[in-house]
Amino acid sequence: MSSSAPPESTLYQKREPIFPRRVKGSFRTMKWWLLAAMLGVYYITPWIRWDRGPEMPDQAVLLDLASRRFFFFMIEIWPHEFYFVAGLLIMAGIGLFLFTSALGRVWCGYACPQTVWTDLFILVERWIEGDRNARVRLHHQKWNAEKVRKYGLKWVVWLLIGLATGGAWVFYFTDAPTLLQNLLNFSAPPVAYLTILFLTLTTFLFGGFFREQICIYACPWPRIQAAMMDEATLTIGYRDWRGEPRGKHRKGDDADQMGDCIDCMACVNVCPMGIDIRDGQQLACITCGLCIDACNDVMDRIGKPRDLIGYLALSDEVAERQGGTPISVWKHIFRPRTMVYTVIWGGIGIGLIAALFLRTDIDMSISPIRNPTYVVMSDGAVRNAYDIRLRNMHGAPRQFFLSVSDNPSVRLTVEGQSGLLVTVNPDEQLSQRVYLTAPSGTPPATGNQTPVRIWASVTGDTDRINSDTIFNGRAQ
Amino acid sequence: MKEDVATTGHSWDGIEEYDNPMPRWWLWTFYACIIWAVGYMFLFPAWPMIKSATPGLLGYSTRADVADEIAEFEARNDVWFQQLNQTELTEIAANTDLQRFATQAGGSVFRAQCSQCHGSGAAGVQASGYPNLLDDEWLWGGTIDDIHQTITYGIRNEEHMDARYSQMPAFGQDGLLAEEEIDQVVEYVLQMSGQQHDADLAQAGFEVYDLNCVACHGPDGGGDPFVGAPALNNAVWLYGGDAESIRETIYYSRWGVMPGFVNRLRPAEIRAVAAYVHQLGGGE
Ligand code: SF4
Ligand code: SF4
Repeated sequence: MSSSAPPESTLYQKREPIFPRRVKGSFRTMKWWLLAAMLGVYYITPWIRWDRGPEMPDQAVLLDLASRRFFFFMIEIWPHEFYFVAGLLIMAGIGLFLFTSALGRVWCGYACPQTVWTDLFILVERWIEGDRNARVRLHHQKWNAEKVRKYGLKWVVWLLIGLATGGAWVFYFTDAPTLLQNLLNFSAPPVAYLTILFLTLTTFLFGGFFREQICIYACPWPRIQAAMMDEATLTIGYRDWRGEPRGKHRKGDDADQMGDCIDCMACVNVCPMGIDIRDGQQLACITCGLCIDACNDVMDRIGKPRDLIGYLALSDEVAERQGGTPISVWKHIFRPRTMVYTVIWGGIGIGLIAALFLRTDIDMSISPIRNPTYVVMSDGAVRNAYDIRLRNMHGAPRQFFLSVSDNPSVRLTVEGQSGLLVTVNPDEQLSQRVYLTAPSGTPPATGNQTPVRIWASVTGDTDRINSDTIFNGRAQ
Repeated sequence: MKEDVATTGHSWDGIEEYDNPMPRWWLWTFYACIIWAVGYMFLFPAWPMIKSATPGLLGYSTRADVADEIAEFEARNDVWFQQLNQTELTEIAANTDLQRFATQAGGSVFRAQCSQCHGSGAAGVQASGYPNLLDDEWLWGGTIDDIHQTITYGIRNEEHMDARYSQMPAFGQDGLLAEEEIDQVVEYVLQMSGQQHDADLAQAGFEVYDLNCVACHGPDGGGDPFVGAPALNNAVWLYGGDAESIRETIYYSRWGVMPGFVNRLRPAEIRAVAAYVHQLGGGE
């Protein structure tokens, strides 16, 4: 902070800029790979094609809100199958429980979009302005040509990344190549431009300027995730019983009395959240592991064992303080609590996959018309009306032959036509009014309620489906 | 950095609370909200007055918004209504999209204008004389043209020359038939409609029927949609088909009335209602 700033009110405080230093190590490497993989998946997915036949979208992953269909490679989800989406959301939730109870805030540190894009933005910043010291210097420097050039270039690159982010998002909702063309010749729907504008700006601001403030002030996850951890959860901590008292190891000083921490501030300087992990576990830590990398590097150089900062659990801390050894990582990860989560998670997954294979590509639902429940015809016959919804989740038009069983005296007719064949276009659903008529004097006509079953069989195919309903007679 | 922050002095189970300052952007956001609110207050309707509210400098009004939206949808519907006006009534069903529009539009008009008597499901109210539009008996004919004519001009009203009109004499009240003749013809009507009856009385009732009723209701009781005479030889009754109801009908007669809609609805709306009623399942 510049010391020339006037004393500020103690109620409000300016953000202290954070200039994370470059770091090398296994966690950093893993984070780069994860970043590349996740951004790759995000940007490339909408461009994968998938042949579904004529008149069907050939985009592998498509959230077609207009016609209410989700396409995911060979899987096609209809609105009435929304339980798949619900199931996936529940799995995501339990997955989060699982990972959090085993490894703390791994989501925050490695997979959260805020973390991923901030990482990318910091990378750009470092390419343009140099590492920590150069950036600090540039920050405090008066505005001059160099600063304008570097900041301007940085912001342009950030905006381009933001644009790519917003752009990629809209491609998930409509045919990507067509939309790109329309976007370029300004004929895309306004909502597409608005979405891109909004996501570009939010990415630019969140990744470039808000950064850790989103995690600390805006995001509810830290509060929730912290509540999902217990004392066996592995999380990042500083072994103060080994590191303290900290200090510069100078010859002559009774170095033997000193802890392993040389107070080099490497762990603080690399932290994207701007915190000092040696203060203990704290809400702002996203468990990204960068301080581990930084400190391990220092320990290697001064010839001390690694992992002064490392993944450790509260339960181990107690043991270690008394000179014990920590239990193995695997024991932390595979314990009853995580097993239970895994079993539930896997169970739902297996259930969803089973449901996926068991579903048919035709479907029928019947809603009886209850206003009125029945109509007496001039010849004394009793007639009921039903709306039948037929779904053809198949790439070709299908003809359904409708019939009724369970009661021989009930006759089926289709509104507006003499036959019993109903054609449903590919990947569409059709609502068709049908009538069931029971001749005068027959049991269904004179009785109260008679169960009937309506069948729809696909002509030229063995597929058939049925649905049970009730025929209302005059005795009601 | 943290060390120089004081605590609030509170302590719960040894847990103390830092007295960290608020972030400064928070303060700016707060000021921005105040400025926004002040601007909003002048630009949009805000201050309640005794009878209205300040209109705001932008002249924005939700009512005007709604009116615009309604106008927009009416303009869109106009295309369809025009097409409806130009299509023969009997040809509407052949055009799937037009039929869909007609039944939707007609359905909504029906619920607003017709459901009071005929019920929201169009099943009418038996015994009160509001016809069921779902069955297959039509007093005045059930083709879409017949239905259209009925809706346009109505039944037995003074509003329009073309209103359908039929009248059945009040045979008992006006002394046209003796009590016992009425008893006889009631039994004969019961017989025609296939219900329990006294065979002897019905036999006698045939004579009465032949002299007084046949002109309108036909020799076999089949009725005549041309003059609005209901069929008597089937299971559908407008005012009830038991002996008592039939007797009352013959004694006092029944004069159900329906308004004509020619002056209440636009021609295209009437055509839409006709299409809607025709596809309900009773139309001929
Ligand atoms: S990096 Fe390690 S040695 Fe350096 S200050 Fe942090 S804990 Fe101490
Ligand atoms: S303290 Fe370490 S693990 Fe936590 S956010 Fe900072 S660098 Fe990442």
